Amino acid sequence: MTFSLRFRAAIVSIALFVAFIGIWHIATRGTATVATMTPEYAKLMGLTATQGKSAMPGPLDVGAKLWEHLKRPFYDNGPNDKGLGIQLGYSIARVGLGYFLAVIVAIPLGFLIGMSPLINKALDPFIQVLKPISPLAWMPLALYTIKDSSISAIFVIFICSVWPMLLNTAFGVAAVRKEWINVARTLEVGTVRRAFTVILPAAAPTILTGMRISIGIAWLVIVAAEMLVGGTGIGYFVWNEWNNLSITNVIIAILLIGIVGMLLDQILARFTRMVTFPE
Amino acid sequence: MSTFDDPFDADRALSRSGCVCGQHRSAAEHETLALRCEPVESEQKRYEGVVASAVVRAMFPRDAARRAFLKSVGAATALAAISQFFPLKTATEAFAEAGTPEKKDLKVGFIPITCATPIIMAAPLGFYAKYGLNVEVVKTAGWAVIRDKTINKEYDASHMLAPMPIAISLGLGATAIPFAVPAIENINGQGIVLAMKHKDKRDPRDWKGMKFAIPFDYSMHNYLLRYYLAEHGLDPDTDVQLRSVPPPEMVANLRADNIDGFLAPDNICQRAIFDGVGFMHLLSKEIWDGHPCCSFAASREFITTSPNSFAALTRAIVDATAYASKAENRKQIAEAIAPANYINAPVTVLEQVLTGTYADGLGGVKTDARRVDFDPFPWQSFAVWMLTQMKRWGQIKGDVDYKAVAEQVYLATDTRKVMAEMGLTPPQASYKSFSVMGKTFDPATPDDYLASFKIRKAS
Repeated sequence: MTFSLRFRAAIVSIALFVAFIGIWHIATRGTATVATMTPEYAKLMGLTATQGKSAMPGPLDVGAKLWEHLKRPFYDNGPNDKGLGIQLGYSIARVGLGYFLAVIVAIPLGFLIGMSPLINKALDPFIQVLKPISPLAWMPLALYTIKDSSISAIFVIFICSVWPMLLNTAFGVAAVRKEWINVARTLEVGTVRRAFTVILPAAAPTILTGMRISIGIAWLVIVAAEMLVGGTGIGYFVWNEWNNLSITNVIIAILLIGIVGMLLDQILARFTRMVTFPE
Repeated sequence: MSTFDDPFDADRALSRSGCVCGQHRSAAEHETLALRCEPVESEQKRYEGVVASAVVRAMFPRDAARRAFLKSVGAATALAAISQFFPLKTATEAFAEAGTPEKKDLKVGFIPITCATPIIMAAPLGFYAKYGLNVEVVKTAGWAVIRDKTINKEYDASHMLAPMPIAISLGLGATAIPFAVPAIENINGQGIVLAMKHKDKRDPRDWKGMKFAIPFDYSMHNYLLRYYLAEHGLDPDTDVQLRSVPPPEMVANLRADNIDGFLAPDNICQRAIFDGVGFMHLLSKEIWDGHPCCSFAASREFITTSPNSFAALTRAIVDATAYASKAENRKQIAEAIAPANYINAPVTVLEQVLTGTYADGLGGVKTDARRVDFDPFPWQSFAVWMLTQMKRWGQIKGDVDYKAVAEQVYLATDTRKVMAEMGLTPPQASYKSFSVMGKTFDPATPDDYLASFKIRKAS
């Protein structure tokens, strides 16, 4: 009797997960020797020092804390302490805004570059120089010129998500089969109509691939940007908990960042599948 | 000046011979008691006194006449009689309303360390609200960010390291923008923590080649650590490595064995001890007892565009500082500032810092009530000392007009006025001499002081 590949893969995944949690649990059990200390001294010390508790939290600590967060994700205790749901909301809103601005700029510009070899050649050196700049390198410059940390974070999202979309759009547009364009030409279709009815559908899968790469980068960057400027967002949450040396909360944040990143990626992957057509 | 004398006390002279706070009959009597007078029961009461004094003084320009009047009719009758003709209550209210703040909703940035105690606690304990302000205290990611956000006007005022406003005003490490300090946030409250493995290396002479962390270049931490090392014959630029590291990373780096020690705010020191990764080598007060650490700063522009808001902020901070300086309030403060919204640290750690009964990391419990203390007066001599150290370590090149810079940035005169109005006792002078590791600093001769150091960066 053979199981489907899907089922077997699920078994292996679960086994790996259990093994990982098990090793983690064993590795973080308190094993350090406990120094002898007077009771009044011990009262002033933390668990790491008094009970030899590992500085690294175990899976049980993380699970308990995670449950606590999930129970009330939207509490608001003032400007510096908000629930994880609110923090993630801020980050997603920032990413959404910066990303949306990038789409508005990158796709029309990418079309132009893809359709015109002259502009392609003329803009190429600039794109090549700007593309490899680490998004965080823009941060001090943005803070200094824009003078607003929230807009700076959005600007950084914009600047880092614009390039993959721009290049993919240009590539997709330039790679549309010559036959299709020639057919359109023989049928005397105008330039604008040609762009929308022939080139856009043909280039759509490539454009969406670019958008998918961009959203991944944008999500990577927002966390780092928020750690740098503080205020709100999941990146700020990481920084705030790091400030308190709460590794448990940092691990929870990492987990959530990963899940949200995966969801964003899956949404765009679904769109890509929708516009892909068999040739 | 006896502004707050009871005008209905026949035995008191309504003249200017009383003490500064107005609660003692003479300056001498005031001096013999505590440094600071007991605050009057309530703000309202204090203003009532001021207004009534003025009215009575106007009605009886000759003191003998007033005394005779009071003795014959009694204080209560006199008060009733005067109130009939002059609406004391209304006048008091009008007086208490010291200029309405131009801007009520303010943002104040802070770094989550115990040095920011007055700034932070003023929010949960209602000191800002008391002065008619709605202040949002915003936790900020680091000193450079707090500098940029304050320069960018995202914050109206900020928690800064005491030397930072001087550095910003001089354009060191930033564009030159005039900043001012109306209040010192805290005095003392730092410490040198070493990794556990150095527990037998208590003589700094053995520290050659070690790596130390400090929070920021323009900080008292930097100057105090350099001073301490140099006094023990080590050149901080060549014999050891000094790194700028954000405080939470200091503890992590110490645990990871990347650094050998650090000079940092107390709650970071205590946190390292709490987690069992380091021990307290010495408190910064053992280097210089009463040294300033952090300050409350705002740009000159904010002060000129919103003078009333600034005055109200200063009052709130000075009031909170006075409250924090009392030992009996420290436990309550520790609880108020520990939540995630503020410092985000275990209450035990903050309590140890603020009450001064702490674990030293080596198995002993120590007590020092003045481990961290609060005194808002911005001594201009502090600024002069910082300038000498900035010059000593090559942060400033060339000549400095010590006095001019100190007086421009540290607003001693304005603070004195605010403190006196609030019934506190500000010092009369703006400069004082003090000693750092046994060496006396005379603010009148900063260049001689500077020249007396053997170890310094040649410039």
